[in-house]
Amino acid sequence: MSGGSFYQRDRTWHPPAFTPGYKTSVTRSPQKALIALDNTLSEMTGPVFGHGTLGTLDDDLIRNFASDGDPIGQRIIVHGRVLDEDGRPVPGALIEVWQANAGGRYRHKKETYLAPLDPNFGGCGRTISGEDGSYRFRTIKPGPYPWPNGPNDWRPAHIHFSIFGHGFAQRLITQMYFEGDPLIWKCPIVATIPDKAAIERLIAPLDMANTVPMDSRAYKFDIVLRGRRSTLFENRMEGN
Amino acid sequence: MVQPLDRLKESASQTAGPYVHIGCTPNFCGIEGVYPDDLGRTMLKPETKGERIRIVGRVFDGVGTPLKDALVELWQADAAGLYPSPQETRGKADPAFSGFGRSPGDMASGEFVFDTVKPGKVPFKDGRPQAPHVTLWIVARGINLGLHTRLYFGDEEAANEADPILSRIEHRSRVATLIAPKTVEAGLPTYRHDIYLQGDRETIFFDI
Ligand SMILES: [Fe+3]
Repeated sequence: MSGGSFYQRDRTWHPPAFTPGYKTSVTRSPQKALIALDNTLSEMTGPVFGHGTLGTLDDDLIRNFASDGDPIGQRIIVHGRVLDEDGRPVPGALIEVWQANAGGRYRHKKETYLAPLDPNFGGCGRTISGEDGSYRFRTIKPGPYPWPNGPNDWRPAHIHFSIFGHGFAQRLITQMYFEGDPLIWKCPIVATIPDKAAIERLIAPLDMANTVPMDSRAYKFDIVLRGRRSTLFENRMEGN
Repeated sequence: MVQPLDRLKESASQTAGPYVHIGCTPNFCGIEGVYPDDLGRTMLKPETKGERIRIVGRVFDGVGTPLKDALVELWQADAAGLYPSPQETRGKADPAFSGFGRSPGDMASGEFVFDTVKPGKVPFKDGRPQAPHVTLWIVARGINLGLHTRLYFGDEEAANEADPILSRIEHRSRVATLIAPKTVEAGLPTYRHDIYLQGDRETIFFDI
């Protein structure tokens, strides 16, 4: 694993901070230019979470909160690889996920949607990528839900992902969508991403080859984190 | 035509949304029994080396309202200036220090709190020492891409003055947005650090 600085982030590919179609961004978007900061050790390093961090059911959202039976909903497997921009696997990446239940309801005090809570579904899970960057977890397919933005905005079904790579500069939170959902192209949060190709990269296809017959369908979702330079041609730090 | 570079594009960011705590600090928001503890809740052990300090603050939006749905993460070196990371080649960091903290912010006030140790100095790329600092990363509903900033310590005036990053910030009046004044609260050295997403006092955020 090389330990150099990270490639510059392409900020035209990510959503800009100010996206008035997503109203909450209006007062939460910095207005001054970001200040460029050459990566130092503070950005090139990052926390490491070993497999010891995980409990045995952390990657099984069907079971990790269930008290008296399975949650209601479509059983699915979400799997894929964490790669860097050079296509290299990123092993040891901590992936945390959270989502609504099959009816589109989150288990949260501030959630007001009338769809019911599922007593057997918590909605959080986590896993760590293997040596080849692969990860998988089991869950139920989340439902779409309405949200207060425009008078009638609905979120497409989605799973939130938080990912730690090897450096704090790689820290990323994003969302995974499901192939074929017509709400994707009507969602103001999806539409904060300017490039259609960037949106399509967040849409997981149905993956029949990894489906478990008579049990769960599979969706494949690859995640790409920033790549990093080789340290070979960089200024050596004093003491090295 | 030329050969393609064959580089992948980074996955695009999406907002953490209003329920980031379900995934990142589930115990905090009442989802108990899934994880024994929330990740990053405790940075210290009794044997951790260094001066105990507390970092406290709030994140304000452009109309002056503190966010109550933000998640703030902190990453820092140990008291000797070493990072607990495989990329750290200068020595072995204190095994009793995680370097990573995560605070959901108080549900009523929005206040984030980190109990940690004061970090030592870490070198800049050319070998000059940087002033002691912690890196902060802020996500919330309405923030489309996580915001990176730093906190420097108000009682490190000489080091801050000489810091290679602080000293090259052109708009001098904005440097203060990165420096937390020191107070003592309940006997503990405390650094109060409010973050402003917008407006006259907008905090400096970095493109790293
Ligand atoms: Fe959501």
